[in-house]
Amino acid sequence: MSSRIRIGLIAAGALVLLALPFYVDRFWLQAGLFAMAASIGAIGLNLLTGATGQLSLGHAFFLAVGAYGYCALADIVPTALAAIGAVLVAGAAGGLLSPIAGRLSGAYLGIATLALIFIGQHVLFNASDLTGGYNGRDVPALNIFGLSFDDTETVVLAVPFESMEKLWYAGLLLLAACALFARGVLRGRPGRAMNAIRDHRVAAGVMGVPVARLRAWVFVLSSMYAGLAGVLLALIVQRTTPEYFGFALSLEYLAMIVIGGLGSVAGAVLGAVFVSLLPQLFDRYSESLPLVSASGTGGIAPGEASSYLYGAAVVAVVLFLPGGLVRLGSAATPRALTLRKKEPTDESAPA
Amino acid sequence: MTTFFELLISGISLGAVYALIALGFVVIFRATEVVNFAHASLLFAGGYVTALLTDDIGFWAALIVGIAGAAVVGSLVEFLVIRRYRGRDHSVLAIVTIGVDIVLLTDLTRRIGTDVLPLGDPWGDKIVQIGPLAIPETRIAALLTAALVIAVFLLAFRYTSWGVAMRAAAEDREAAALMGVRLGRVSLSAWAVAGALAAIAALFLTVFPTPGLERNTSLVALKAFPAAIIGGLDSTTGALAGGLIVGVTEAMVTGYQDELSFLGRGLGEVAPYLVMLLILLARPAGLFGTRELTRV
Repeated sequence: MSSRIRIGLIAAGALVLLALPFYVDRFWLQAGLFAMAASIGAIGLNLLTGATGQLSLGHAFFLAVGAYGYCALADIVPTALAAIGAVLVAGAAGGLLSPIAGRLSGAYLGIATLALIFIGQHVLFNASDLTGGYNGRDVPALNIFGLSFDDTETVVLAVPFESMEKLWYAGLLLLAACALFARGVLRGRPGRAMNAIRDHRVAAGVMGVPVARLRAWVFVLSSMYAGLAGVLLALIVQRTTPEYFGFALSLEYLAMIVIGGLGSVAGAVLGAVFVSLLPQLFDRYSESLPLVSASGTGGIAPGEASSYLYGAAVVAVVLFLPGGLVRLGSAATPRALTLRKKEPTDESAPA
Repeated sequence: MTTFFELLISGISLGAVYALIALGFVVIFRATEVVNFAHASLLFAGGYVTALLTDDIGFWAALIVGIAGAAVVGSLVEFLVIRRYRGRDHSVLAIVTIGVDIVLLTDLTRRIGTDVLPLGDPWGDKIVQIGPLAIPETRIAALLTAALVIAVFLLAFRYTSWGVAMRAAAEDREAAALMGVRLGRVSLSAWAVAGALAAIAALFLTVFPTPGLERNTSLVALKAFPAAIIGGLDSTTGALAGGLIVGVTEAMVTGYQDELSFLGRGLGEVAPYLVMLLILLARPAGLFGTRELTRV
């Protein structure tokens, strides 16, 4: 019964998402696409930080590698290959860090990855032939088998499809694939090994989990997710600038996974939607909200208002809602209740 | 050669300031096992209070209020947030401090905006000639103050009952609690001391040759993180060594950046992080950190 409701809900949600480009305007599509890109990046970070317990402050760096890798590769190969290449380059960049990512954990890794942000910014500002320096560079539109994701209009069912409408479907497809893959990883052997490393590294090693190697691989995987998110972001914004990929962006991604729920795919997506839609909502409705005013008028700007809110949300979630927003949803469903009823009997069973 | 020594002195002075910040970071880590990513905002808060009051009540009074202010902010974070956490996972607490950092940083950068706030220090841009060396007065003041504060701190850490309680709590929390050490007070005082140290550092990060407190000051303060990591997170000696390494590296690379121009402009900002990565490759627990001895 409950699983039928679940499937029904998922199907209804999918239908709504598929139908949206026919009804809502460009602003909302772009906001939604930002949320999708952020979700992909957040799923990657959640595999690393949430499931394996490896704190990373360098996620923005890998997003930058993806975005700029796509731009740079699109100069020499077809754009579809460039997108794949950019993801691989991001993975390789993560792999280069494996001597550090495999051995360190906790704050040491967090601060070591902080270095990536600053080194990345330095390269982005200085290697201007490749990155366009301070002003960034334009992003060439993606073109797969003659279908171009640029602003040329294609009329579908009497609705003109521009870049956002087309990208919407590409984004949905990518997000679904990424989410399913991550779910597979988390539910299978690797996921259990990752959780074991997070919960007790030594015990995991004793049980035969290759701790350093697995940590390094998760780092690579999470970098590839970030790279893909970066490519998608670049395609949405159509221009990349170095300062976007700074320290604040890494903090945003950490906020996403904490708010949504550490260690789960749904949590990452929820948190990403929350954190990335918040500034857009504030921006759109700044006139009708108390305390918030348009940027530059002296009040609290929409971007700042959302920073306050998600910063406070991180603290509040950890203190009062361990497990994140995703726990809030599942606690209400009958399935979670039956699970909770079962738990005590499992524990009281003789060892 | 003159340039080299000038750079060395300014590097050591800068390093001493980073050491102050890193020391606070290490104290918090030892007392509460929390990695405080909000440390840069503590520093920022102290600097902001000083800059705000310096015109009205004079520099020295403003500095004292700033130091007290940062200590209060630190204790409030401990009291309102860290103490409320009931879980056992300290890496989650590190992420909580990131949330605190986001809130504090957003608020302070919003208040400061694009302004550059001078702290009204008495040294200005005066330069002292020692033999052939020309050294800004602020650098000498920074070096002397930092050395003095660090010495007082280390003595207190070693000989006062507060220091003993702090070290006992770091060694074994449960045993310390059973011996009558009040862990709540230990952790509260650690956060207050760290805030005060950071506020002193804020002063010297914003005086000549820097124009004043601005929104990027917190990014400068982040360089204390590599300092703490290079030395080893749980070592006070390490914080000093790490601070000096970071300071001297930064000063040298910035000073000789014309010779290093093939690596791009602004390398001085990045060099400390590169050094940190190199050191971590060789010694994953930092230079003086306790190595984990578990082998499987």
